[in-house]
Amino acid sequence: MARAVSNKTKTINTVIAGTLGVLMFFPILWIIILSFKTEEDAVRAPLEVLFQSGWTTDNFSTVQARSDYFRHFSNSVIISLGSTLLGLVVAIPAAWSMAFVPARRTKDVLMWMLSTKMMPPVGVLVPIYLIFRDTGLLDSRVGLTVVLMLINLPIIIWMLYTYFREIPGEILEAARMDGAGLKEEILYVLTPMAVPGIASTILLNIILAWNEAFWTLNLTAANAAPLTAFIASYSSPEGLFYAKLSAASIMAIAPILIMGWFSQKQLVRGLTFGAVK
Amino acid sequence: MGQITLSQVRKSFGEVHVIPGVDLTIEDGEFVVFVGPSGCGKSTLLRLIAGLEDTTSGIIAIDGKDATALPPAKRGLAMVFQSYALYPHMSVRKNIAFPLKMAGMSESEQATRVERAAKVLNLTSYLDRRPGQLSGGQRQRVAIGRAIVREPAAFLFDEPLSNLDAALRVGMRQEITELHQSLKTTMVYVTHDQVEAMTMADKIVVLNAGRIEQVGSPLELYRAPVNQFVAGFIGSPKMNFIEGAEAKKHGASTIGIRPEHIEIVEDGPWTGTVGLAEHLGSDTFLRVTVDGIGTLTVRANGEIDRHRNDRITLAPQTDKIHRFDKDGRSMK
Amino acid sequence: MATKASRAAARMMISPAVILLFAWMIVPLGMTLYFSVLRYNLLTPGANPFVGWENYYWFLTDPSFSAAMVNTLVLVGGVLLITVIGGILFALLLDRPMFGQGVIRIMVIAPFFVMPTVSALVWKNMFMNPVNGIFGRIATGLGFQPVDFFGQIPLASIIIIVAWQWLPFATLILLTALQSLDQEQLEAAEMDGANWTSRFWYIMLPHLARAITVVILIQTIFLLSVFAEILVTTNGGPGTASTTVTYLVYVSSLLQYDVGIGSAGGVVAVILANIVAIFLMRMIGKNLDA
Repeated sequence: MARAVSNKTKTINTVIAGTLGVLMFFPILWIIILSFKTEEDAVRAPLEVLFQSGWTTDNFSTVQARSDYFRHFSNSVIISLGSTLLGLVVAIPAAWSMAFVPARRTKDVLMWMLSTKMMPPVGVLVPIYLIFRDTGLLDSRVGLTVVLMLINLPIIIWMLYTYFREIPGEILEAARMDGAGLKEEILYVLTPMAVPGIASTILLNIILAWNEAFWTLNLTAANAAPLTAFIASYSSPEGLFYAKLSAASIMAIAPILIMGWFSQKQLVRGLTFGAVK
Repeated sequence: MGQITLSQVRKSFGEVHVIPGVDLTIEDGEFVVFVGPSGCGKSTLLRLIAGLEDTTSGIIAIDGKDATALPPAKRGLAMVFQSYALYPHMSVRKNIAFPLKMAGMSESEQATRVERAAKVLNLTSYLDRRPGQLSGGQRQRVAIGRAIVREPAAFLFDEPLSNLDAALRVGMRQEITELHQSLKTTMVYVTHDQVEAMTMADKIVVLNAGRIEQVGSPLELYRAPVNQFVAGFIGSPKMNFIEGAEAKKHGASTIGIRPEHIEIVEDGPWTGTVGLAEHLGSDTFLRVTVDGIGTLTVRANGEIDRHRNDRITLAPQTDKIHRFDKDGRSMK
Repeated sequence: MATKASRAAARMMISPAVILLFAWMIVPLGMTLYFSVLRYNLLTPGANPFVGWENYYWFLTDPSFSAAMVNTLVLVGGVLLITVIGGILFALLLDRPMFGQGVIRIMVIAPFFVMPTVSALVWKNMFMNPVNGIFGRIATGLGFQPVDFFGQIPLASIIIIVAWQWLPFATLILLTALQSLDQEQLEAAEMDGANWTSRFWYIMLPHLARAITVVILIQTIFLLSVFAEILVTTNGGPGTASTTVTYLVYVSSLLQYDVGIGSAGGVVAVILANIVAIFLMRMIGKNLDA
């Protein structure tokens, strides 16, 4: 039983937590504000920026004109969605195996899969770079999709495994008794029952893929460059144009922020990687 | 048709021999109950029949055809699980229709069969609900509905009533028995509750440590248990066992006498002190510490007026005394 | 629930994942091992002679390497410390009853959605720039000399940025774990006369152990390969003050085009990561009944 709490305590809690929340959120809030300012206003003192300057939406069109936001955006969408869906196709059967037909080695296999995630990307950067260069996959969306699928695969499998384990095995056995083959069992029974878990997995992996910045920066140049590379191009001299940098940053993170806003519940579950209930 | 034959069926998990070797024939149309304490292998045996586990060796034949290597879907059996195992994301209608859909039956045929099953089980008004919105008893009926629509060769029940409360359990017990009488299909039913076994079965199979101790009708097991284990397991309250001098008098290592076969008399061979007296209304169960013998349970008239520390004398019905040798086997 | 048929199916179903991951691990790793014993520079075409341990010698004796090792440990350790302790505090706070919990929670989580390149750039320019950054302005406004973050304390600056990105994650996991704690346990402890400190120490903290393990495991995986934050802020400098092992390998192979030394560095990075991995897996084996 939750104990009744006075409104006064609640208000104090709200003020303290709210302050912390605003502080954590402040950098994002600040670039949202700056992105609607002119360059001259954007470098003024913070209080002047807030209270003594006008608003403009020019920065967004300038950024689009200069660095072709939409091309990078569509690359990001294709790569993150593609790698996530591809990952699911491989991961669902694997997670089914481990969750419902556990063998003595299942735990070891799972740990081994996770351990491939421990391998630092730099350890294999050179060969992958050379393989990609020689096969023409460098700076291609296909190549990047496959790489991101592979680096996130252990996490997808782990998450699905933890979700699948919550589904009672008797239900799958019932499906088997009812005449379902393996394909029907996974398609008609397991997958629909695991929809919330699969949704969380998809969301988290889209975020991880969207924000992945090692392979996307090192394996792309112009064609396949997603938003991580788009924003990195603002790191040198242009970086000093605060308003445009802010606009570009907002454009790069907005899709994920908005997605996060609309799918908070699944996302919160996904962000814990299915590991904590 | 639904005759199931097990010959020399064994099951081991690694070094652990859960079923060391079972021979059993279940005749078509029979209601067979596997009963035994938890861990006796009764559920494993049922899952072997279902095909949810592989036999380590031995043959399982259904209607004379070897089914040992067939997957569960191909055996033509239906199963009702302990947890009901309903598909939570499907409506009751879809749950019941699922096996028909898997069998590739036409939509209209599915609908007729579902309606018919729903009518039999009083589920018609719940067809569009989800399992989560049903009570325990209703879920149980859906699980049964899902089993009967397929018109299987036999039904397998794995402790289906253990999640229900006591009152509902009695009701469902009767419903399942009536269902068996109207369908006349073979049913194999697993339970650890000897009351369910006694009330429902045509034939009871008593299992202990993976072995079949005895097979017989409820009254056969009650009247003539082959050994001390069956004698102790069947019947409630449990049979009293007496060792030592009193057993020697009957030429046995141990003798057994059921609580209902001991009478409170004015002048009997045994004298004792009443310990606990449980007044149930219809019956009274007395725990009596008998001089030189030990503590016995005695069933008496419901309204008998006997209390703690009363001295009473008892007389066993001598023709109802079971005699066991030193290995626990019944002596004739 | 295991028959021969289902076990066979299970093997078949898991094999694509295993094969893919195995190939992904073994093929490039084999190539890295092979390159690491060659003299191989993309700028000097021609034969790539076998040189044995030479590349390893150069990589390991390079003073940047020992600096990078220390920096990597400080970075990972620092971020873990901040996020775990901060995460526990945030979680305890957010677990209390309050108004608008959903909104506050989404504000706290938001930094996790921000891509590393963006957060690094934003912190670098809008906050840590000594002239126009907000911290600089505040310092100047109060009459202090502004801190040149990336000149004077480059590694600490990067730790701050990375910790800002990962604190939401730690908070969220710990909060979720805290909410799953049975309230009756706490009430029982209260009845037993435990004050808040003992309740935290003997009940909440042990309950959080598993969640803390998960935080450490997952964050370590990602922190060992922190890259973009360094690339867009300090480029590893000044000197090697903020160069990590990951970044050093990147510099050798893709900036200096020395595949041989870069590969040797890659092998070293893999070995180091494995040492950490073994250590972590042990810890998890105990705490995480996966």
